[in-house]
Amino acid sequence: MADTVDSRRLPGEAPATPRLTRRSFLVSMCAAGAVFGFPRAGLAAMNPQAADGQPLEAAGQRFEPTLWYWIDTEGRVNVNIIRAEMGQHVGTAIARILADELGARWEDVHIEHVDSDPKWGTMVTGGSWSVWQSWPVYRRAGAAGRLALAEKAAALWGVKADTVTVADGRVSAGGRSLGFGELVQKGLDRQFSEDELKALPLKPHDQLTLLGRDLKALDIDTKTNGQAIYGIDAKVEGMVHAVPILPPTRYDCAITTIDDSAAKDIKGYRQTLKLDDPSGTAPGWAMVIADSHWAALRAAGLIKVSYQTGDATRVSEAEIQAENRRLADDPEAGSVLDTGNPDQVDAAFEGAADTFQADYTTQTVLHFQLEPVNALVFRNDDGVWEVHTGNQWQSLCLPWLQKALGVDEDQVVMRTYLLGGGFGRRLNGDYAIPAALASKALDGRPVKMILTRADDSHFDSVRPPTLSRLRMAFDADKRVVGMDSAVVSGWPTKVMMPAFMPKGVNGEPYDPFSSDGIDHWYGVGAQRARAISNELAEHTFRPGWLRSVSPGWTNFAVESFMDEAARHIGQDPLRFRLDHFKAEGRNAGQAPNSVGGARRQAAVLERVAALSGYGRDDLPADSAIGIATTYGQSRSMPTWVGGAVHLSVDRDSGRVDVHKIWLVVDCGTVVDPNGARAQVEGSALWGLSMALYEGTEFKNGRVADTNLDRYAPLRMMDTPEIEIELVDSTEVPVGLGEPGTTVVAPAIANALHAAVGVRLRHLPITPAAVREALQRAES
Amino acid sequence: MIECTINGETVRLDADPDMPLLWALRDLAGLTGTKFGCGIGLCGACTVHVGGRATRSCITPLKDVAGAHITTIEGLDADGEHPLQQTWRELQVPQCGYCQSGQIMQAAALLKDLPNPSDDDIDAVMTGNLCRCMTYPRIRGAIREAAAAMKEAGTHG
Repeated sequence: MADTVDSRRLPGEAPATPRLTRRSFLVSMCAAGAVFGFPRAGLAAMNPQAADGQPLEAAGQRFEPTLWYWIDTEGRVNVNIIRAEMGQHVGTAIARILADELGARWEDVHIEHVDSDPKWGTMVTGGSWSVWQSWPVYRRAGAAGRLALAEKAAALWGVKADTVTVADGRVSAGGRSLGFGELVQKGLDRQFSEDELKALPLKPHDQLTLLGRDLKALDIDTKTNGQAIYGIDAKVEGMVHAVPILPPTRYDCAITTIDDSAAKDIKGYRQTLKLDDPSGTAPGWAMVIADSHWAALRAAGLIKVSYQTGDATRVSEAEIQAENRRLADDPEAGSVLDTGNPDQVDAAFEGAADTFQADYTTQTVLHFQLEPVNALVFRNDDGVWEVHTGNQWQSLCLPWLQKALGVDEDQVVMRTYLLGGGFGRRLNGDYAIPAALASKALDGRPVKMILTRADDSHFDSVRPPTLSRLRMAFDADKRVVGMDSAVVSGWPTKVMMPAFMPKGVNGEPYDPFSSDGIDHWYGVGAQRARAISNELAEHTFRPGWLRSVSPGWTNFAVESFMDEAARHIGQDPLRFRLDHFKAEGRNAGQAPNSVGGARRQAAVLERVAALSGYGRDDLPADSAIGIATTYGQSRSMPTWVGGAVHLSVDRDSGRVDVHKIWLVVDCGTVVDPNGARAQVEGSALWGLSMALYEGTEFKNGRVADTNLDRYAPLRMMDTPEIEIELVDSTEVPVGLGEPGTTVVAPAIANALHAAVGVRLRHLPITPAAVREALQRAES
Repeated sequence: MIECTINGETVRLDADPDMPLLWALRDLAGLTGTKFGCGIGLCGACTVHVGGRATRSCITPLKDVAGAHITTIEGLDADGEHPLQQTWRELQVPQCGYCQSGQIMQAAALLKDLPNPSDDDIDAVMTGNLCRCMTYPRIRGAIREAAAAMKEAGTHG
């Protein structure tokens, strides 16, 4: 076993034994290896540009006009970022917003991903919110600095502040000019109150020069040379390694016995802890502690743990879906969303000349972020618990950590590393708890826990099995007079953050992340939308937020249904949609976030139809172009998306080949064009992956497919060409991390129907399902 | 005791011969640019070169690399300026970046074998490397551009 490295020391640490000679080669190689403990909580920040992750140190005094940045005497602008970096180049986008308003030179801009100090406010990276939420805050912060610099120069030069220009890192007036750094050196301490910040004049759009420009993202370089530091790379002196043994199901399992006799011979094996979790996050876990990850992994394979199990071990995917259907059948179930006139729906259906109804379901989907969840936890010399990991929602995780460790708020700090994929998995920081509990059991000793891939899948907070039921009522002239919908699944927000749940018009709370998308922008007369939580699902596993969350399944339903409903009454699906996008009433849109309303959604749909050649009749047999449109994540922050997919179907195998995807996106102002395109590319392909390739199922209360031998996300081989058009706009910038995901599955289902005449209402659309549908259609 | 060469330096590892090369690199040699993804050789995040061949280090036991020359992302180019690393930056390929060490190492081996790869060649070889951010279109582009740049510079060995 790995005995070149003493158990309690890291490679590169000063050795205490004569084994130095045997290790000398290695030691020289490891000398540059950084160790990431920090002496004070305030040093828990990360700089993704630096090989050692250390934030920039200010040269000389620093000027901090607001919480969000400082400028040092060399004129360097260091921007504090409270969002996690997981591939969106989020720090670059946010720093650019600030630098533009400030008048900084881009080359002087640096970013710092901050610690979890309460002063930063709510720390969450999700919902495609980051740019949207940061836009007003960081612009004002930039404007504050600009004003302070101008005022200082004006005082020095005896001129009026409004004659001073601030641009490109310099302050100038009447032929005189000073760099930011020179002004800071002369002493600047102007601070701004919240009210002052809100009153600051912002630059008109046409004076923003960094916005929309192609700049290289600040986190790119270290991701091409192995220097980028992820949670899995965290290390401190004296840490031990941990590999957990998970219980058969997420809840209701208690360890009865642990037999580690077979592991005693593994060199480096120390012990197996039975974790006691006061937070209830990870019940029934055992943690194998060893001197190396490899030793812990080997030992874990030899240790036998017995459990007392609960009902969840008997739950299957089919039972969860049956419960979804039962709940949709129950007219009293769930929360009724405010769609304006839900009370008129029953009458609309009673008086209807014709109705149409369909159910759409989606299977369990794993996050399968490539970096398995991990965490390094210990109590430092100041008695503060340090949690080193990649995380998307520190404000959610910290209270769990406090409860698990039995300490107060000021005794836990998180250092957020780069995330080897977020996709919503790391919104739920549950994986940090068992590492903390293990460290607690070892009196604060550093414990580095890494889950195996299979355990990462078992412990995943999956996209749950979902059901969307849609009904539409038509009058005698085939006009739409009503729509009734229900969406059912396990609700992550109910389980993890119930305070985030608003109440429907019937007083019942609902999870917007499990229902967004069902309250669309089509004018359909009387409209009712019910959101229903499936408690069987919630008791079997912990549902998660997975990239695009409910708009990923509700839009598969709504946009498949709009095609079906149009065909049901003999209309063209594109025309049918456009006819029902009327920017009036609740679909008129509201300043500032949804200006234009349904009109903007109609515009992206029309444009993508034209761009893709939708409706052309010269395509080969068994191939077609399908369309869909969505408003991204939510009515309160709509990102207008039109999508089209060209595919062909092999009737013998049932295989669907996607040739091309078109996306037209209106996200308001585009802050970072290259990053925007990257987000749309990635999110659209994620949508393709979930439409055709990704799905597992619950068997005996746990997911059946846990690694790439059975779980098969999109690979390069099946990646189609993508054409993206971003709409020119000066409206408020909204989110882009997820909206591209939401249109692809319905566009595929619609193209598939157009190509071979069968309607697939379940995701993923597998070759077997297509074959079966074709056979049914033939017989 | 297993002796091998890592990024040009000879090292001797007194470790379990069954320990996967991945963990020896990460935990013993401190070379954390090589990543753990699936542990069964199917995601490619752990790809390194052994004797110049792209190898999945998570399923390669140390005993199999005795005497071998191993190159990791840290040693691909001393200055991080391999043509692929340059085009990777120019095209802003990485998103989360976690798979990209493996992608670059796989692509470097591809260009060694096939200096003028067709699009189908690129797809066939690179399809073994999973990217969850789905940067596939940019990976394709960066490989094409690096191949062109290397041809221009005549740097194919």
